[in-house]
Amino acid sequence: MKVTQTSDNNILTLSLDGELDASSAVLLDTELNKPDVLQYQKVLIDCQRLNYISSAGLGVFISHLQRFQDAGVKLVFFNMQEKVHNVFEILGLDTLMTIVPSQAEATAV
Amino acid sequence: MRDSLRISCNRHNLKVVRDFVTNFLEKYSLLELQVNQIVLAVDEVVANLIIHGNAEDDSKFLTLRVSVIDGLFTIEIEDDSPTSYSPATYREPDLQEFIRQGKKGGVGMTLVNRIMDRVEFTNDDHHNLCRLSKKIG
Repeated sequence: MKVTQTSDNNILTLSLDGELDASSAVLLDTELNKPDVLQYQKVLIDCQRLNYISSAGLGVFISHLQRFQDAGVKLVFFNMQEKVHNVFEILGLDTLMTIVPSQAEATAV
Repeated sequence: MRDSLRISCNRHNLKVVRDFVTNFLEKYSLLELQVNQIVLAVDEVVANLIIHGNAEDDSKFLTLRVSVIDGLFTIEIEDDSPTSYSPATYREPDLQEFIRQGKKGGVGMTLVNRIMDRVEFTNDDHHNLCRLSKKIG
């Protein structure tokens, strides 16, 4: 699992590459826990190269969502593969989190 | 194709388990979505057994056996942990509440229960067996 950060104006984009499981979720949690993340207006999660997510990966996003909302930071997912989106759907998380098809739409949210 | 696997209780072996299940299912021509769901259900149970059941003790092992009989996929996961999971303790999660509380865990067994057709946990004198089944044919 590799996490690449790109920042542009008030937007931080995290590109996830690989598999987000109980082993790799710690790395992403560390990135999202950094205080400077809350200085952005939006945190976009590019899921194009995210090939797999388990509950440990979902748990990282669930655990940070309220903290982001309280700080006025929007968390938006884009470029999500169907099999990964399906995992959000099984739990009903697709209705509680903002998931859009493309980067352009994520930026416009 | 290999139909059994023995791994030590290290969370780095989750990838080994996912590859094992994916490779086993290859010959059944399932949709990528279906394979991912089954792999996910197995990953969730194995992660629980490694992290909670066996406290990530590398000297402890899990044994996995897979089969497909009459279109029914079954995986059996065995360990000798003194602690065992009791399905009776399962509660449907309130995700909005989880978000409010910033909760990290607690949705793994929900995925397993929603994906698999049958989920069984049995234990007998510190020997635990989890059996997951799903119709794929």
